[in-house]
Amino acid sequence: MKKLLKPRQIRSKIVIPTTSPKKWYGQGIPGVDLQKLTGRLFVVEGADGSGRSTQIIRLVQWLERGGHAPVQVGLKRSTLVSEELEQAQQGNILSRITLSLFYATDFADQLENVILPALKAGFIVLADSYIYTLMARDMVRGMDEAWLKNVYGVALIPDAVFYLQTTPENLVQRNFAKSYALDYWESGMDLGLTRDLFDSFMKYQSLMMQQFQRLQKTYGFHIVDGNQSMDGVHDELRTEIQEVMRGK
Amino acid sequence: MRTFSELGFPGRLIAVEGLDGSGKSTQIYLLKRWLELEGVKVFFSEWNSSALVKSATSKGKKRELLSPTTFSLIHATDFADRYERQLVPLLKAGYVVLCDRYIFTAFARDVVRGCPQKWVRGIYNFAALPDITFFFKTKLEISLQRILDGRPQLKYFEAGMDMHLSTDPYESFRIFQGRILEQYLAMSTEFNFLVIDANERVEVQQQVVRQLVQNKIELSQYLPQLG
Repeated sequence: MKKLLKPRQIRSKIVIPTTSPKKWYGQGIPGVDLQKLTGRLFVVEGADGSGRSTQIIRLVQWLERGGHAPVQVGLKRSTLVSEELEQAQQGNILSRITLSLFYATDFADQLENVILPALKAGFIVLADSYIYTLMARDMVRGMDEAWLKNVYGVALIPDAVFYLQTTPENLVQRNFAKSYALDYWESGMDLGLTRDLFDSFMKYQSLMMQQFQRLQKTYGFHIVDGNQSMDGVHDELRTEIQEVMRGK
Repeated sequence: MRTFSELGFPGRLIAVEGLDGSGKSTQIYLLKRWLELEGVKVFFSEWNSSALVKSATSKGKKRELLSPTTFSLIHATDFADRYERQLVPLLKAGYVVLCDRYIFTAFARDVVRGCPQKWVRGIYNFAALPDITFFFKTKLEISLQRILDGRPQLKYFEAGMDMHLSTDPYESFRIFQGRILEQYLAMSTEFNFLVIDANERVEVQQQVVRQLVQNKIELSQYLPQLG
C-alpha cells in the first residue's frame, strides 16, 4: 500500500492589525491629520552588509502571505532629488551641511509622497533605513546633534525600529562575498581617517556603531544581533512585528 | 546668532531683503558697481542660484512637486551650498560679500507657507547674520504694481498658488505678498534691518545705502593690498 502524504495545510486566516496613534518626532509635516494614518511603519537600520535589504525582502513575502499590503521605501529614492544627489555624491563636491540638507530633502519628499499616503491607505511600510542612518553619518562627521534633531523633527515616529548591529569584521566579509569591493562612502573615505580603504572601513564602521548606540538611548530602537544567521534575524523581526501589530 | 564681524571674520556681508518689486535688486546692483569701481574686493551672490541644486529645484518647481517642507529644505540646501563653498571662504579672505536675499527670505516665505518658525530658524542656525541688512520697504500696492503692471506670467510657486489662496494667480500673488510683508515687518527690529524707503527715487535710495555702508564698514580696508 502506498503511503499517503498528508497534504500541507493552507492557512487563510488573516490577523487584522490594531491601529495605534501616530506621533511626530518634532514639528512634523504641516497639515497632516495623524488620526488618518492607520497603517504601520517599521524600520530596518544597519550598515551595508548587515543583511538589511535581505531581511526586508523576506518581511515583504511574510507580510503578503499574511494578507497585509507592504510598501518599501529607502534612502535616495525620491523623485525630487535622488538623481541630483547621486551626481553630487559621485563628484564628492558638496560640503557637509549641504549634503545633509540634500538628504533631508530626499527624505521629506518620500515621507510626504510615499510613506504618509501609504499609511493613510492602511499599508505596512517597511523602511530600508530611516533618519537614524542619516543622523549617525552626520554625527560621525562632527555635525551638531541638536541641529539634526530639529531638521528631522519632520519625521514620523515608527511603530518599531530594528538596528541590525553587525561587527565591522563581518561587514567586510559580507561586502567582499557580494562584490569584492568596499564602497567609498560606506568606508568613510571622505573623513580622511586613513588612506587605506580597508582600515578606513573598519574605523568608520565602528564609529557608526558607536553613534547608533548613542542614538539608541534617545530613540529606543531594538538592537538585533546582525552577526547571527539570516533566519535568526528574520525570526526576531517577525516576532516583534507580530506583537506590535497585535497591539501588545 | 552673531554677525560675521562679531565672529571675527575679516570680510563683511551685506544683504538686501524686500518684496518682489521693491527695487532691492537694482539697489544692490548699484552698490556692487560702486564698490567694484572703487576697487573694493566684492562678491555678489543671489538667492536660489547654486548650480548643483538648481536642476532639482527647477524640476520641483516645473512639475509642481514641492510641498512647503520640501520647498523649504531645497532652498536651505541651495543656501548651504553657496554658504559653505563661496560665502564663508570669501569672507575669510576679506571680501565684501553682497547677497540679494539672505536667510530672512526663508524665514518669511516658509512661515507663510505653514512651516513652523522654530523649525525653519533652526535649519538656518549654521549661518552667521549679515553685518548689514537693508530692508526695502514699499507700500504693498506699489510693489505689486511694479510686478503686475507688465501682466507677467506669474509662476506657480512665485504666485503662492500652492497655498490655494485664490484660483486667480494675480489675486493669489497679492495675498501671498501681503503675508510676506507682515513677516518681514515682524522681523525688522529683531534682526536690525536698516529700513530704506523704497518709494523714493533710485538715486535718493542709493545715496542712503552708500552712506550707511560707509558708516558701518571701513571700506579702505577692503582694497587689495599691493606688493
